[in-house]
Amino acid sequence: MASFLLRLNLRPKSSPRHSFLVYVKPFSTSPHNIGDNTTKKNPIEKILIANRGEIACRIIRTAKRLGIRTVAVYSDADRNSLHVKSADEAAYIGPAAARMSYLNGLAIVEAAFRTGAQAIHPGYGFLSESAEFAQLCEDKGLTFIGPPASAIRDMGDKSASKRIMGAAGVPLVPGYHGNEQDIDLLKSEAEKIGYPILIKPTHGGGGKGMRIVHTANEFVEALLGAQREAAASFGISTILLEKYITRPRHIEVQIIADQHDNVLFLFERDCSVQRRHQKIIEEAPAPNVDNDLRSLLGQTAVSAAKAVNYYSAGTVEFIFDIDSSKFYFMEMNTRLQVEHPVTEMIVGLDLVEWQIRVAMEECLPFSQSQVPLSVRVETGVEQGDTVSMHYDPMIAKLVVRGETRDAALIKMKDCLSKFQVAGVLTNINFLQKLVNHWAFENGQVETHFIEHFKEDLLVDPSNSVLAKEAYAAARLSATLVAACVCEKEHSSLKESLPGGNKSLSIWYAYPPFRVHHNTRRTMELEWDDEYDSSGSRLLTLSITYQPNGNYLIETGESNSQGLEVKAVHLGNHDFRVEADGLKMDVSLAVYSKDHTEHIHIWHGSHHHHFRQIVGLQLSNEDETQHKPSYETGSHPPGTVVAPMAGLVVKVLVKDGTKVEEGQPILVLEAMKMEHVVKAPSAGYVCGLEVTAGQQVSDGCVLFSVKCKNSGVR
Amino acid sequence: MLRVSARRAAAVTATATAGSTSNSKLWRNPISLLQRRRFCLGVLPDGVDRSSEAFVRNSKAMEGFLSEFQSHIDKVLAGGGPEAVKRNMSRNKLLPRERIDRLIDPGSSFLELSQLAGHELYEESLPSAGIITGIGPVHGRLCMFVANDPTVKGGTYYPITVKKHLRAQEIAARCKLPCIYLVDSGGAYLPRQADVFPDRDNFGRVFYNQALMSAEGIPQIALVLGSCTAGGAYIPAMADESVMVKGNGTIFLAGPPLVKAATGEEVSAEDLGGASVHCKTSGVSDYFAQDELHGLAIGRNIVKNLHMAAKQGMMNGWQNIASEYKEPLYDVKELRSIAPADHKQPFDIRLVIARIVDGSEFDEFKKLYGTTLVTGFARIFGQPVGILGNNGILFNESALKGAHFIEICTQRNIPLVFLQNITGFMVGSRSEANGIAKSGAKMVMAVSCAKVPKVTIIVGGSFGAGNYAMCGRAYSPDFMFLWPNAKISVMGGAQAAGVLSQIERSNKKKKGIQWTKEEEEVFKAKVVEAYEREGSSYYSTARLWDDGIIDPADTRKVLGLCISASLTRGAEDTKYGVFRM
Repeated sequence: MASFLLRLNLRPKSSPRHSFLVYVKPFSTSPHNIGDNTTKKNPIEKILIANRGEIACRIIRTAKRLGIRTVAVYSDADRNSLHVKSADEAAYIGPAAARMSYLNGLAIVEAAFRTGAQAIHPGYGFLSESAEFAQLCEDKGLTFIGPPASAIRDMGDKSASKRIMGAAGVPLVPGYHGNEQDIDLLKSEAEKIGYPILIKPTHGGGGKGMRIVHTANEFVEALLGAQREAAASFGISTILLEKYITRPRHIEVQIIADQHDNVLFLFERDCSVQRRHQKIIEEAPAPNVDNDLRSLLGQTAVSAAKAVNYYSAGTVEFIFDIDSSKFYFMEMNTRLQVEHPVTEMIVGLDLVEWQIRVAMEECLPFSQSQVPLSVRVETGVEQGDTVSMHYDPMIAKLVVRGETRDAALIKMKDCLSKFQVAGVLTNINFLQKLVNHWAFENGQVETHFIEHFKEDLLVDPSNSVLAKEAYAAARLSATLVAACVCEKEHSSLKESLPGGNKSLSIWYAYPPFRVHHNTRRTMELEWDDEYDSSGSRLLTLSITYQPNGNYLIETGESNSQGLEVKAVHLGNHDFRVEADGLKMDVSLAVYSKDHTEHIHIWHGSHHHHFRQIVGLQLSNEDETQHKPSYETGSHPPGTVVAPMAGLVVKVLVKDGTKVEEGQPILVLEAMKMEHVVKAPSAGYVCGLEVTAGQQVSDGCVLFSVKCKNSGVR
Repeated sequence: MLRVSARRAAAVTATATAGSTSNSKLWRNPISLLQRRRFCLGVLPDGVDRSSEAFVRNSKAMEGFLSEFQSHIDKVLAGGGPEAVKRNMSRNKLLPRERIDRLIDPGSSFLELSQLAGHELYEESLPSAGIITGIGPVHGRLCMFVANDPTVKGGTYYPITVKKHLRAQEIAARCKLPCIYLVDSGGAYLPRQADVFPDRDNFGRVFYNQALMSAEGIPQIALVLGSCTAGGAYIPAMADESVMVKGNGTIFLAGPPLVKAATGEEVSAEDLGGASVHCKTSGVSDYFAQDELHGLAIGRNIVKNLHMAAKQGMMNGWQNIASEYKEPLYDVKELRSIAPADHKQPFDIRLVIARIVDGSEFDEFKKLYGTTLVTGFARIFGQPVGILGNNGILFNESALKGAHFIEICTQRNIPLVFLQNITGFMVGSRSEANGIAKSGAKMVMAVSCAKVPKVTIIVGGSFGAGNYAMCGRAYSPDFMFLWPNAKISVMGGAQAAGVLSQIERSNKKKKGIQWTKEEEEVFKAKVVEAYEREGSSYYSTARLWDDGIIDPADTRKVLGLCISASLTRGAEDTKYGVFRM
């Protein structure tokens, strides 16, 4: 069995995060012997979920299934969010900013007391890896659904965790982490580790001050540079050395442990496909991992967890060197991860359920009889929700499972093409390209995957072949949009007529009647062309209503003939469309935003977004002309006269000054109001003779603005 | 009926003769069919023998008519030619029909009027008379559109352009339809000013009509999408609300060249009368549009905000409209094969009625009396109508029956549909002695005074006083359309040739001139040829003696739309004059 998880994010550029795969094998120990699940020592009847969005909804679902009541918490930004609606109760915890609400441990504990919750599930992110919070819960007598505070603390400190792991015999990336920063010492340490070497500041992050050194003679220079940069960025120049792995993979092992020293591994996930250190796709089991390696990874993860007396669910991350087939401990995530469903899909377990049961001090009783769903979409938003800038923009995650990796991939592609998100920009398109890439299909994953294949995955405006293909696809979509929009109009006219005047129904009979010709109409659709630097491209479609109810659609391109399209509206957003001998399902979403009609279309694996030009989006203001209304025809062009009788209060420029169009020249006071008289055009002020305090009569010439030649003497 | 008319045909002079019976094979005896369908008395039988020679011959003839006709239509739909259309496009302007298509509700119908007005009327071609008129709904409100075609002679007004504009206003005033003027015109066509400017029904009447309609609460809306010079400037100025498009729309009494000539002032068109000047300074226009699409969108908005204007009487007295209706039982396209190729061939008008009314249901009135006029009640798209159709010459009885039926319909506020295929009233001593003139006058009186909506379709001939009694153009039907095969004249060409040659012969005789048989034949042929040409549907429609030629297959739709449009006004009481008894 194989399982994939894809994250559907709002901002395609910054969003991608993980991707994993886990493999399921029967456990070596007989699952039923592990414990006696009838002994509930710490019953939990009500859980407070200290989180929001997708994960909060997901925890609520499991809790409800177990008959446990749920309490959601919410900030100002989340009053109407899905997770709040889904929970039995909800408690307000503060303003939108996360640090005032979802990161405010005291407020959350207070909310638990107010609602009588005995336990707190932290979800992921926010307080999920805060040892202080876990401790706070413990101190206040609340059950923290997660590992013990001590384990979080041990694993949260990078150097401490590496020390503990080293002591437990867990392999670590060869390196030097000492305080001694002598250049010669560092150089000899580097020799010991073996090139290539990564030089990294001990403080800070974001790649600042990092250097990759391939040979010994580059070392000193790189070291000095790294130290300088680190000092400048973080104020501390201490660096560490690590073996640089040229072709790494990111493989992590899911573990689950109870409070009775039982630690089990639920196999590994591959999340090598990353972009800007964000996982994008997660796959279980990892491709190209044999059973020996798999079991070695699992045993190592179990040792790591045992070394910190871990219980609850957790993930041990390893970096795997493709060249040497060695793997090293990176860190342990002491929480549920975003990608946990990938593992659940292949092992048939509900990890949240087991977090809760472990928190109730139950023993692990595994029976894997429960057949899992094959496709899972986890979301925390519904139509009409606002995706807040305050929190993670992820709107959904998609998990699929198949008997084989290929089967899972097919399903993943299919599901991705069925995602229909309108109104916000998502990375679905990018994800589609990714899962369809030949190298990904072959399982050739490594952390540089996207960079390596960026020409295939990202838009390259100079690629005219792809640009042409993209345009052709957009044109086809626009054609289908035109037919579906007309057809939808038709079916909505059947239900209600404009103005509600039933006696006019004959005017809306179909196809619309014209005397001696077929009805034609033109539709202008604007399309954002990623390959075109000017951005949007206008597609003008001419639609002819055929007597048989079909639509003949022409795109006005000389090289393309019209396409006759038959569209049947199946209801809501769905259409069955026949064009060029092919029948397909098409979905359409139409909405207005900022005076513009937005139309989204999905068909096959295509999704396009168009803006329809209807004319109303323009303002009624005359923005181009700044000609003052009191400039009259009886004076030469450029002459400015007093708009009404009044007193000159201020003269802002001198006669002969060069002025810009619309620049204020003088201020008049009349009818108790001040009126600014502006230059009607750019040029030189001429004949400005009025002064402050002078009374002027209606229509008298104040000055004129002339262009250089005739104006200045 | 056929037998009757055949027997009396010999006495008819001012009519085409109905001598041959070959067309009678087209239709079976409807009565016997009706008797077979005892349980649905109102349903008309099919009545068409599709394998008959006549059916095939008629189809072929109509096919010819229609294909020739369509080629003329295609020409006028292309406007003023590729060059002008291209120039129009380069100015970011749409063609008039495209403009209308953007104004009416998406997916709705548009009833265009007099497409072939101006056809071969002048030496130069003037497609659709340079102006597009018609009716369509905007936000569920039927409006009359009057759109200049700037690609045809710069949208200037020829005499026929004025006539078409006035006809549209006449319909709007009668049906209380808000008027939307899409102005893009250079004003009167100066070389023909004598036929455009001075008379009552000339250019000035346009603004007179605007004033009177506005006074009646019928909204007058002008969208200035191009130039609007001289007299044309009054169209937006007289409108209740007007929109101007930046850059393209200009309004001035005198354009820059005339201004220069008159005052020496040099000014650009935009500065003289552009949108900015008129929306900001002069107040001649009310809405400033950034471009044409914007202007059209504003136009739609104006209609949205009309609320109750001109709606007081709407649907008042017309409540009896069924929202559900049945299509006719027989294919409406067969009408193309029913109209006879040869006007002398009579055909049963019920074959036409059966293909245009709901469910082919026709409740015939006074079926056995005055059988050359068929009268009865039916519905078209759920709208009740009283139909009068010709099945031969009008006799005393038929005329009395017609007058009677019209009285009934006016009393009940039932719109009237006239299906004209009429050679005239019966002539001859017996007929005159029976007072045919008196009976005819009764019908003409009834037709003239009836205040219910009236729609006339000429499906065959329309000759002599028959044209009057059957609500010809002079009787102000709300709408009047022709089939392509229609013939309109005071009498048939052959009859006219006969009358005229008799007069000519006696004139020559007085002068002692010999007139050979050959010379007489040439004379007669000339007359026949002139009658043929002047009686053709093209000749009629080019001069706006009607509202357009329609494909017989569109008859039901056009009738439905016309009746619907004429029901916008409230019902009025009919008052008749003195009926000569």
